[in-house]
Amino acid sequence: MELFLEAALRLAAPLLLAALGELVCERAGVIHIGVEGTMLCGAFAGYAVAVASGSPLAGALAGALAGGAVGFGFACFSVLRGVDQIVAGTAVNLIALGGTGLAVRSLYQGLPPRAPVLEVLPLPGLAELPLLGAFFRQSLFAYLSLLLALAIALFLARTRPGLRLRAVGESARAAAVEGLQVRRIRVAAVCTGASLAGVAGASLSLGLADGFSEGMTAGRGFIALAIVILGRWSAAGVTAAALFFGATSALQFRLQARGVGVPYPVFLMLPYLLTLGVLALGGRGARAPADLGRN
Amino acid sequence: MTRALRPIFAIALALGFAALLLLLLGFAPGPALLALFAGSVGSGPAWTATLLKTAPLLLTGLAVSIGFRCGAWNIGAEGQLAIGALCATAVATRALPHLPAPLLLPLVLLAGALGGVLLGGVAGALRARRGVSEVISTILLNFIALELVSLAVHGPLQELSGAYPKSDPLPAAALLPRIGRLHLGVPAAAAAAALVWVFLFRTALGFRLRAVGLSARAARFAGISPEGHGWLALALGGGLAGIAGACEVAGVTGQLYEGISPGTGFTAIAVALLARLNPLAVIPSALFFGALEAGAGAMQRSVGVPSVATQIVQGAVIVLSAAFAGARVPGAARSRSR
Repeated sequence: MELFLEAALRLAAPLLLAALGELVCERAGVIHIGVEGTMLCGAFAGYAVAVASGSPLAGALAGALAGGAVGFGFACFSVLRGVDQIVAGTAVNLIALGGTGLAVRSLYQGLPPRAPVLEVLPLPGLAELPLLGAFFRQSLFAYLSLLLALAIALFLARTRPGLRLRAVGESARAAAVEGLQVRRIRVAAVCTGASLAGVAGASLSLGLADGFSEGMTAGRGFIALAIVILGRWSAAGVTAAALFFGATSALQFRLQARGVGVPYPVFLMLPYLLTLGVLALGGRGARAPADLGRN
Repeated sequence: MTRALRPIFAIALALGFAALLLLLLGFAPGPALLALFAGSVGSGPAWTATLLKTAPLLLTGLAVSIGFRCGAWNIGAEGQLAIGALCATAVATRALPHLPAPLLLPLVLLAGALGGVLLGGVAGALRARRGVSEVISTILLNFIALELVSLAVHGPLQELSGAYPKSDPLPAAALLPRIGRLHLGVPAAAAAAALVWVFLFRTALGFRLRAVGLSARAARFAGISPEGHGWLALALGGGLAGIAGACEVAGVTGQLYEGISPGTGFTAIAVALLARLNPLAVIPSALFFGALEAGAGAMQRSVGVPSVATQIVQGAVIVLSAAFAGARVPGAARSRSR
């Protein structure tokens, strides 16, 4: 059971980081469906820098920067130039997949070295707790994701910039009338959110795995989009939904390892089917920010 | 700049961007572009390759265009194509393998279409009934469809010896008639573009679809149901993408395997946007991306530039044609029914 909880949080961390980033974006009224691509860029940049510097922490930072840069590019087109957000996000995914694929082949000539990973860092005292200790034997990425969930919840609910960000997402026009710099706030939100997606990517190449492979995000960016909807656009809800997905993938690995006689594509399909099912049953009543997706 | 030149401007910018990136990563862009050109339009066989790649892009590009025209974001052409290929293969190799060609081939294509309609229809129904964003659902259904194909070629549709994850070859009666080295699907896809144009711009139903795309609110006031028409646009698009999948197995590969589509359904978005969602303009647009894909293989073989580089061009064309080429997506009219 403890091992299961440990795995659940470990697998949830990248999803949570990416979904929190998307939450910040969407609360500001920008839907960024390029999370998948942004994560890939973060995973690659994190990997490349960690390999070059030998420091996984530097890699994680590079992941954040790369994500932020991708977000800025996206924002230039969507927020500043008025390109539809879905269209621009689709482009981000394609360019990131092509760009990272090209980069990994040109830099490492088919022999990408292994990356140093961020090791598990048990928190003294807490890690020995029965059952709950599982949450305190994690890598920095997992701690970071939980702390950020708390920070973002407080930021959105309790601070003035958080209020402004939400105002921009609910009604850009009303916010503009109030004198808020709508575009500036949205660009900032997108860059922040995308840098979290970048860290999420780095947590894949420097945490769950110890290297970069093409398309290694394997749909996690899209699951993160669904998590934001399931979490009903709140940090607490997003955290719960991400943990739920972490738990299902942990369960999936368990069942797979036990060999329950179910073909593996079924397991691979499961998270997507589940997401679709939960959206169909629970999506109703959730309210998106009113100006979501409008330029 | 005249309107007609704008897409060309977007293409030039995108190619320039890709060349710059190649340069940064230490590849020589000049020879790469030359190889791309030679491998796509430089010879007879190159043209054959280009046209064969164009057909599925055309059909899926139309699928995306119909959806976008109605304000329904069909990001799921990839999965709809895969499911179409799966259903077509199932009919041809398992359900009715002994039928004569005049019966089997239409049934194979129909099965492909129905598979796509089903997948697109699920997204449409979830959107209309449960308010699930079709952006998310079509993306999720892509993954589900790809895993279904994987499941099929490891299980019920696997070839006789059971050694490889692919289906039996389709019986000859299920294969599309050939025209030289091309298959009938290529001219049929171009004809489909004309049909879709007539449907969207010359029929009442097509008019209603576009009305929903231009303003779901106004359409509702006029008594046109945005939900119903959104569902229809997704299902119709799914059908076209499904036929594309059927044509791939019945015209090009002759069997089903994992990764039957090299991202065709995503390139389709670029195809549709470059064509500004005009079904007739989808023909040259698909031809451009078909050439890009055919040339990419040659580029990889002759100068060692990985063919993934073309995805950068695709992505760049998407945002550049939206930003500079006046590709207007009726997106302000994102249907927000609740």
